[in-house]
Amino acid sequence: MSLDYCIALCTATVVAATPLVFAGLGELVAERAGVLNLGVEGMMLSGALAAFVASVTGGGLLLGFLAGALAGLVMSLLFGLLTLRLGTNQVATGLALTLFGGGLSACLGRGYAGLPGKALPPLQLPLLSDLPVLGPLLFRYDAAVYGSLLLVAGVSWVLFRTRLGLVLRAVGESPQVADALGHPVTALRWGAVAFGGMLAGLGGAYLSTAVTPMWAEGISAGRGWIALALVVFAIWKPWRVLFGAWLFGGMTVLQLHAQALGIAVPGEFLSMLPYLATILVLVLICRNPRLLRLNQPAALGRVFQRER
Amino acid sequence: MSGAGIPRLRLAGISRRYGDIQANDGIDLTIMPGQVHALLGENGSGKSTLSRIICGITRPDAGGIEWDGRAVSFANAAAARELGIGMVFQHFALFESLTVAENIQLALPRAAGGGALTQRIEEVSRRYGLPLDPRQQVATLSAGERQRVEIVRCLLGAPRLLVLDEPTSVLSPAAIQSLFETLRQLAGEGVSILFISHKLDEVRALCGHATVLRAGRVTGEADPRTTSSAELLRMMLGEDPATCLLTPREPGAAVFELRGFSLPADDPFGTSLRDIDLRLHAGEILGLAGISGNGQRELVAALSGERRGGSGSLRIVGEECAQLPVAARRALGFALVPEERLGRGAVPAMSLADNTLLTGARHGLAKAGFVDSAATRERARGIIERWGVRGGGPTALAAQLSGGNLQKFIVGREVGLSPRVLVVAQPTWGVDAGAAQQIRQRLLDLRDAGGGVLVISEDLDELFQVSDRIAVINHGRISAAQPAAATSLQGLGELMSAGTFTRG
Amino acid sequence: MALTLIACFAALQMPPLHALYAIFIQPLASAYGLGEWLLKATPLMLCGLGLSLGFRANVWNIGAEGQLTMGAIAGGGVALYIAPGLGPWGMPAMLLAGMAGGMLWAAIPALLRTRFHTSEILTSLMLVYVAQLLLAWLMVGRWQDPQGFNFPQSRAFDEALILPLLADGQRATVALYGALALAVAAWIFIRHSFAGYTMLVAGMAPAAARYAGFSESRSIWWGMLIGGATAGLAGIAEIAGPIGRLQPSISPGYGFAAIIVAFVGRLHPLGVVLAALLMSLLYLGGEAAQLELGLPAAVTGVFQGLLLFYLLAADHFAGLRLVRRPARAIA
Repeated sequence: MSLDYCIALCTATVVAATPLVFAGLGELVAERAGVLNLGVEGMMLSGALAAFVASVTGGGLLLGFLAGALAGLVMSLLFGLLTLRLGTNQVATGLALTLFGGGLSACLGRGYAGLPGKALPPLQLPLLSDLPVLGPLLFRYDAAVYGSLLLVAGVSWVLFRTRLGLVLRAVGESPQVADALGHPVTALRWGAVAFGGMLAGLGGAYLSTAVTPMWAEGISAGRGWIALALVVFAIWKPWRVLFGAWLFGGMTVLQLHAQALGIAVPGEFLSMLPYLATILVLVLICRNPRLLRLNQPAALGRVFQRER
Repeated sequence: MSGAGIPRLRLAGISRRYGDIQANDGIDLTIMPGQVHALLGENGSGKSTLSRIICGITRPDAGGIEWDGRAVSFANAAAARELGIGMVFQHFALFESLTVAENIQLALPRAAGGGALTQRIEEVSRRYGLPLDPRQQVATLSAGERQRVEIVRCLLGAPRLLVLDEPTSVLSPAAIQSLFETLRQLAGEGVSILFISHKLDEVRALCGHATVLRAGRVTGEADPRTTSSAELLRMMLGEDPATCLLTPREPGAAVFELRGFSLPADDPFGTSLRDIDLRLHAGEILGLAGISGNGQRELVAALSGERRGGSGSLRIVGEECAQLPVAARRALGFALVPEERLGRGAVPAMSLADNTLLTGARHGLAKAGFVDSAATRERARGIIERWGVRGGGPTALAAQLSGGNLQKFIVGREVGLSPRVLVVAQPTWGVDAGAAQQIRQRLLDLRDAGGGVLVISEDLDELFQVSDRIAVINHGRISAAQPAAATSLQGLGELMSAGTFTRG
Repeated sequence: MALTLIACFAALQMPPLHALYAIFIQPLASAYGLGEWLLKATPLMLCGLGLSLGFRANVWNIGAEGQLTMGAIAGGGVALYIAPGLGPWGMPAMLLAGMAGGMLWAAIPALLRTRFHTSEILTSLMLVYVAQLLLAWLMVGRWQDPQGFNFPQSRAFDEALILPLLADGQRATVALYGALALAVAAWIFIRHSFAGYTMLVAGMAPAAARYAGFSESRSIWWGMLIGGATAGLAGIAEIAGPIGRLQPSISPGYGFAAIIVAFVGRLHPLGVVLAALLMSLLYLGGEAAQLELGLPAAVTGVFQGLLLFYLLAADHFAGLRLVRRPARAIA
């Protein structure tokens, strides 16, 4: 196997991982604030469609990404309205959001399926991109990949190094106490949910403009759910989301390149890999309840409504 | 102190209603600068509600608040804190997974973390004799240390009124003394203190003024240092309280026995049980004293079978049970009144009849896999009538009952199973005085009928009232049980607060 | 809800009333249409009933679609290779195999949850994709019909293994009777059985269930296995009904829609039956929208999501909790 091929595999892995990084990171923030939004898949699909439509109808890719983020945001606000304002069950509402987002995107996207999309071009960085080996391996991605890395660093910094992050974690651990101390619990949860929605939308946008520049019904193929599993795998730590996403990205790439690599397993079984790996990874993390208890936001999934 | 004429805080006609319960009914209260003011009342008299109103957590339905002579209303807790009102909660308002410094930072508006804050924390804790390590995770702290965190947290906000809600309930006698010294020092500096308690001796030792509440109304104001206990009690309770009379009784065979029993904590924030020897006899009430969080929760779970395993021996009516599940232990005659009434002792969204089925299914309410609805309703009605449970018949939801009525129902349900062993955790916590007396009496009845009862309580008065023997749990170890008659309050306090003690 | 739909159609530049008529009234205007209505309601009822029992116990099985697929694979395998040799026992063997297939698929999340504390939400969902890929592989591989012109499908089942129709001139089968019987059984289970009571307690107050000595894992196992069995039955009933053979796509998301059916039915058997009829109408409406209005079939998903949103919000405005269990469910 040539070096070039290895590099191609690695870069393909990073590209395949990027939607998961966006969506997983967004969900991580929401969960850190104590909100479990199972609607990631629906938000990703909305983002994917919005980005695709905006970019092919002449808006350009930047506008596409903005549209993706906006679509995810709108969906998450719907979720926020129900769970934060009306106090509905987060699990059921998240499921409804996924079904709704899937249906709505398929419905509105009916005219766009099969159209050629615009692909996000890789950056050409002076000097760096031309380095041997390191150039193609590290410096020839599109802007969104670097953006996702910056986001991981940024979220990590905000969560663990700033007052905002501290308050957010406190809200996820005990909204009652945070409220008693005068922190705006519901406002913070709105913010976290909205951030999660925007990032899920961006993940979807990356999917329909970079991973596979096209629109198809259900294009996310369960990635939203994998992103949810990633957050558990990451035990709610941003950097681990990144590594987890690479792991799953690698799995996807492996599946595409299996034949070239001489793996004689039917394609259907290779396609099962990411899903089976998700289950395996969840089991490995969850079998240690102590680890979860120490890291999982204690109020995750619980409805909080301020006493009036 | 200056400003002697203008009260720091004046409440006029504060009212607040929760459902059918008028928690506060037209309360007037005036606190002067530098004054240590007691808010005295039984559990359920409305003290906590009033303190939450003062701190901006709860809003009153009616009434006015004046601060330094100006009318104010608090949108939230932050607004109250901005004015200089600090609150030390009865149940600690701390984040377990965060450090001391992070917890404190969260309570200070716009405060940055890091070195400067650490320094300020150390400074304040030195000045007021409240030793703390800012870098420690709260989960690892003892109850006394947690309270210090709460107090330091308030002090860093430079409060002008400090509200303490039952601050001593989880403290050892020595810690109480040092708390009082800190409070006196603060009062000397001009800080007003509202000390909420139902313990007369503490109020006497600390406070120069007292406002007494009963059933949500102010029933009197007094100087506790010059007013007799009988007078204060009359204000608090309304009538002369009845007392239980414990007739000595010859204990029978052991109904449960722990020998060298140890159980590691299954929760990183829990307490391990270490090498416990404890025996309860038929026809006996054994009191277990201790500051909460010293292994009581774990002991109850280990006895009931909600947690299995552990090393050493755990026998219930002679059977080795450490590995047996809950159902098997209940079949041996074990019953439990847990500390958490809603959600554990009862299902909140289920009717009282359905809640009777919870532990009654093995006592004739379910046959061949099917529920006998008529018998279940009848059983529930029986408990409700016998115990005077108010708040609806068998179809009322558990969540709709007041704390005291629900507790009467749960105790009634468990006692009604005629258990050979009954474990009761915090039997009268948050229960009004009349119901508390009734519950204690029923426990004594069960004892006289030959049942063994383990009462776990933080209320030492209560333990002295009902126990034949008393033991102390501390850091997951249990002291040798002594006859209650031969035990002194002082001695118990020492055992409760000791860092470690040798088992007798 | 209706208002929102009208707004949607208006946004899509369609005459709203005409659209509503085309979607919700027209499909039921013929005997054939009524049959289609019951045909689609049957798997929704079956899955919804099983899921609602699990949801009552806080067992979040959202992988009914996968269990349905596995039921079809297992039952289909029996129908293709074993049942023809069993004579009159062929049909029961096929149906039992379908239920067993669904149960097996549901047993995996149950095992992972009880042994490793792994959330059944994610594992059951992941297994949906795995089951569908497995079916796809079988349809182009070992079970492919050799005379099928290379279509990815199995050969047709024996005539004797096809479920009888409710009436001529339409396609609904006797599986509907099975679903209704199951609703009665579920009603007895939750209202009168002690096992149903213990599951309800486990769902509403897990600490109280532990306190009373009701095994949490038993409740999880029951909740998952019942859901798996009914979904598996729905799967085999689909392919042994109008389809008559195994093919890669056997369900337009019945397993997911059943989640909504369970909630809209308030987790009560009678409610689930009615909700399944409503949801089936939404499916028909979706198809009609496709034919009449040129909307994609996925418009059904929009209906479904909206329906659940409205239900959740309505619960709030009625001052109720999401899952308002009847206060006198047992006694």
